[in-house]
Amino acid sequence: MALNVTQIREDFPILKRQVNGKPLVYLDNAATSQKPKQVIDCIVDYYSRYNANIHRGVHTLSQEATDAYESARKKIQKHFNIEKSHEIIFTSGATQSINLVANGFSSFLNGSDEVMVSAMEHHSNIVPWQMLCERTGAILKVIPMKEDGTLDMKAFDEKLSEKTKLVFVNHISNALGTINPIEEIIDKAHNSGAAVLVDGAQACSHLKPDLQALDVDFYVTSAHKLCGPTGVGMLYGKEEWLEKLPPYQGGGEMIAEVTFEKTTYADLPHKFEAGTPNIVGGIAFGAAIDYLDNIGLDNIAEYEAELLEYATTELLKIDGLKIYGTGSDKTSVISFNLEGIHPYDVGTILDKLGIAVRTGHHCAQPIMDFYKIPGTVRASFAFYNTMEEIDLLVEGIKKAQVMLS
Amino acid sequence: MSIKESQEELIEEFALFDDWMEKYEHLIELGKSLPMIDPSLKTDERIIKGCQSKVWLDATLEDDKVIYTADSDAIITKGIVAVLIRVFSGNSPEEITEADLGFIDEIGLKEHLSPTRANGLVSMIKQMKLYAVAFQAQLKK
Repeated sequence: MALNVTQIREDFPILKRQVNGKPLVYLDNAATSQKPKQVIDCIVDYYSRYNANIHRGVHTLSQEATDAYESARKKIQKHFNIEKSHEIIFTSGATQSINLVANGFSSFLNGSDEVMVSAMEHHSNIVPWQMLCERTGAILKVIPMKEDGTLDMKAFDEKLSEKTKLVFVNHISNALGTINPIEEIIDKAHNSGAAVLVDGAQACSHLKPDLQALDVDFYVTSAHKLCGPTGVGMLYGKEEWLEKLPPYQGGGEMIAEVTFEKTTYADLPHKFEAGTPNIVGGIAFGAAIDYLDNIGLDNIAEYEAELLEYATTELLKIDGLKIYGTGSDKTSVISFNLEGIHPYDVGTILDKLGIAVRTGHHCAQPIMDFYKIPGTVRASFAFYNTMEEIDLLVEGIKKAQVMLS
Repeated sequence: MSIKESQEELIEEFALFDDWMEKYEHLIELGKSLPMIDPSLKTDERIIKGCQSKVWLDATLEDDKVIYTADSDAIITKGIVAVLIRVFSGNSPEEITEADLGFIDEIGLKEHLSPTRANGLVSMIKQMKLYAVAFQAQLKK
């Protein structure tokens, strides 16, 4: 089904904004997505009508808030085809989800173990594991990357061994848009006895992973990348793993019984949800899932593929423009540079034209080191972007090129 | 030229341009005309932290006046540092540490003052003033 983009754009109040006197062209979706009014209204409705603390209250508002929060968990469960709703932990986002798992694995690893990361991770899927290795003495191995921005799977096969306890890889690279072969990675890792964590922060706005079919051990994402609010995200973990992992933070909500001699912990998911959570965030995360499911991720993916194809073709017509990340399996992200021009300069001129792109290393310095560049300009498209906006981007880049050469 | 006079001159100069594009083109020209820094001074210690692009800044004291030299791998950033050098360079450490930089707003570069802005204009000014403070201490000895 073709998307009615004109109608969809009506859902996003921010797209009517002017920036520097020009209509906003928002192409920084990989950093964060814009929010439809359905999500914004949900936040206003919560604070206007039923704001209360959840789970222990006997009064009506608390019941309503608890129901809405837990119903969001169910929506997420259904969306990702998760077997049990208590396998979903609400966190502050993908970063906290990763830290929770990394912290838990401290108890399982020692100096003879290895963990493996891909060369194209976001810093948030590198640093927590380096810290884990520092704590436990485990060795960090890296799955290298090829020139086209895809993973060297042959090297993965060679490095994977019975010493490997955990493999963590992003579903989609934030800097390049490459879709990684996570099915293959999960299968091979499992056959070798390693667990797998997939960072889905970049993926979930473009595709709909079926977590049972993937058989992945942990999957994390952030709501704000998929039309939800900032400050909330999820950790999916298989029940047996979540039972095994020790609690991450102590506090209210996560306990069964507390005495000064001993505290027993609450059951899943509450064991990992200490303190008053981001209640409205969780509820609005659910509203965002509803919104996306209503449009359909398949339809979104189909339209975004058209945007990507058009943008790639048009951008490559510009002299001296080089795209980084040219694998056949990629989402609507284009990382590029103009020959002899710093990405920062290009981003600054585009901003003056009302076009929002991201410049820099995109929190993935190892990728920039691989290509020996200081950074890139990254245009990332969402289902509410249009072909006309791509034309404006192309025009803007040409203008910047003239000014900066 | 005093810091105040240089600022006034820049305000007048930038006022000649009507739109942002001409202003930026002028800024880029200023960046291109910035004298080359001695390549041996482009060391990691001279890189200003907090910039998305690389900025190397060096300062020397000549006849009790501070002389700055700089370079950047991004041309707009280089233009900004060129503007700052025009304002600061050749003045006494005391004048530099006490300088108020109202002109940045007036020449239409206010957006670069935001602390979230990755070009680190704020870091550049801080580093230039730090050099001046160090020279000030040196002169008092």
